[in-house]
Amino acid sequence: MSYNSADIAAFKNVWVFCEQRQGKMMPTTFELISEGRKLADELGVELCGILLGDDVDGIANELGGYGADKVYVCNSPLLKNYTTDGYTKVISDVVEELKPEIMLFGASNIGRDLAPRCAARLHTGLCADCTHLDVDLEGYKEFLRTGSSLDIDNMKWDSPLFDVNVNLKMTRPAFGGHLMATIVCPRFRPAMATVRPGVMQKRPFDEAAAKAVEIIHPEFSLTEADIETEVVEIVKAAKKMVDLIGADFIVSVGRGIAKDVEGGIAIAEAIAEELGGVVGSSRAVVDAGWISADHQVGQTGKTVHPKVYIALGISGAIQHKAGMQDSECIIAVNKNDAAPIFEIADYGIVGDLFKVGPLLLDSIKAAKANA
Amino acid sequence: MKIIVTVKQVPDTSGKVAVNADGTLDRASMQTIINPDDLNAVEAALSLKDEYGYKVVVFTMGPAPAEGMLRELMAMGVDETVLVSARQFGGSDTYATSQILAAAIDTYGFDDEDIIMAGRQAIDGDTAQVGPQIAEKLHLPQVTYAGDIKKDGKVLTVKRMLEDGYMTIKVKTPCMITCIKELNEPRYMTVNGTVKCWDMPLTVMDYEALKDHELIDATTIGLKGSPTNIYKSFTPPQKGVGMMLEGSGKETTDKLVGILTAKHII
Repeated sequence: MSYNSADIAAFKNVWVFCEQRQGKMMPTTFELISEGRKLADELGVELCGILLGDDVDGIANELGGYGADKVYVCNSPLLKNYTTDGYTKVISDVVEELKPEIMLFGASNIGRDLAPRCAARLHTGLCADCTHLDVDLEGYKEFLRTGSSLDIDNMKWDSPLFDVNVNLKMTRPAFGGHLMATIVCPRFRPAMATVRPGVMQKRPFDEAAAKAVEIIHPEFSLTEADIETEVVEIVKAAKKMVDLIGADFIVSVGRGIAKDVEGGIAIAEAIAEELGGVVGSSRAVVDAGWISADHQVGQTGKTVHPKVYIALGISGAIQHKAGMQDSECIIAVNKNDAAPIFEIADYGIVGDLFKVGPLLLDSIKAAKANA
Repeated sequence: MKIIVTVKQVPDTSGKVAVNADGTLDRASMQTIINPDDLNAVEAALSLKDEYGYKVVVFTMGPAPAEGMLRELMAMGVDETVLVSARQFGGSDTYATSQILAAAIDTYGFDDEDIIMAGRQAIDGDTAQVGPQIAEKLHLPQVTYAGDIKKDGKVLTVKRMLEDGYMTIKVKTPCMITCIKELNEPRYMTVNGTVKCWDMPLTVMDYEALKDHELIDATTIGLKGSPTNIYKSFTPPQKGVGMMLEGSGKETTDKLVGILTAKHII
């Protein structure tokens, strides 16, 4: 029988696209596997990884340690480096054959290139940059109870069009973070989502499960003629990129540093160094060319949830808040006492970052010396 | 030899955004702008035009008032614009939108040397899906996140930006390139252009114009043809206002650090 993504009863299991670059698994993959495990358990089905590369069996077992039951590994010299054409063909062919009901991709630059292409070929729906996923309706309601201002107990949940208990509910920010939308893909399969890196929690690693994972090599065909693009070179950034997502402490700067850009960044760097953290920034600072884009926190930058987020001279546009409001403790320093950043700050100081910043650094140093 | 650029008119989400009581966006209260990444795509097309003599054609899908945006683009140097607009196209998700735009581009026609460009993503949805999906529907190769584009005959060499560096990719025309803001600095409208743009070609492609195309079918366009639907929409919760500390001197920062230490936060 030919592929028909509308025949939804034929589809089963949750799949995760396991992105590797140069033979190394991208850390987001483990977050996705962990989240995929939750969804597979809610549906009572298997969780499978699909891993493409050249001779990559060696990195497949680790996926079991985070919750995968099976890993479909497709090896070919033609899959060594990511190409849109090659990866789309292999994934679409294997999906047509094995019919997963849910498929997750990391919302990396590669995942966001690949997933839409696969969804268009397979004639199914794709929801971009999800920050929350549910199958179980009760779990979704619990999420909304704290994650929205909706009146959960007096709402209608059923739909005449689809079964709300088994369809994947994909929640994501829209309009720069002003709105959240929950998207469903009720009539086609697999329901596909890209997931924001850094948002889903990684499960504890289970050594025994890693050993037990089943590795399968599905059949696929791929020839040079299938690939219309040529990867000439892959260049890693010379300087080390800032690891905002993994940081416990982030000290971010905003437009408030304008009068002395270097001085403002130096203050943030000094505080970050004292705390063992990293420097972040608002979009305005990146747009002005004052700092490189890998520092950017927000809807178009990174989503972070450090233990402490210190915002120096950041007004707190909604697009920035969308990337940091889940930080455990937010400290804001801003000259303007009406800055929206204070609406979400745990602690606020109204003052000039060039004065308050160095004082804060001194206080932290003194506290550490006394500890 | 032409470059087709797809552009979207979007609400300006960087300013104040009003949300209705029912959780939908109060669009009437918002200004519309040309999607920022799309301006980078238009600029990329115009600089290639300056160098190689391409004709630049902009496509947009949207309601009739999008004409104003198209005139602005012609005042920047775009040669021709096409407004894809019909009631039947309303409510389309990215899949359905791509299907319609691909049908429109295919109906207009493109050949071996042509390039199709788009912005990486639009600020209203931030999906980055329509560019790749148009490419898929037109069976064209794609390079997304373009940070640099060089042309040598029918081969483009594109720097495709990654989180941790970049890939250099060679691709033959016709192809789809999606552009990021680091690619260039969009030019302004010219004074002469703002006068001339009113006499420049703007075509409307409506449902009648596209309905016989193989990609256009009631099951693949508009709200009914969209694979994804909105189940709920809501505003994110506002975290309660925390503690505003008095003053901004050393005693204030000492107090703050004292609280954080006592709570074992640092």
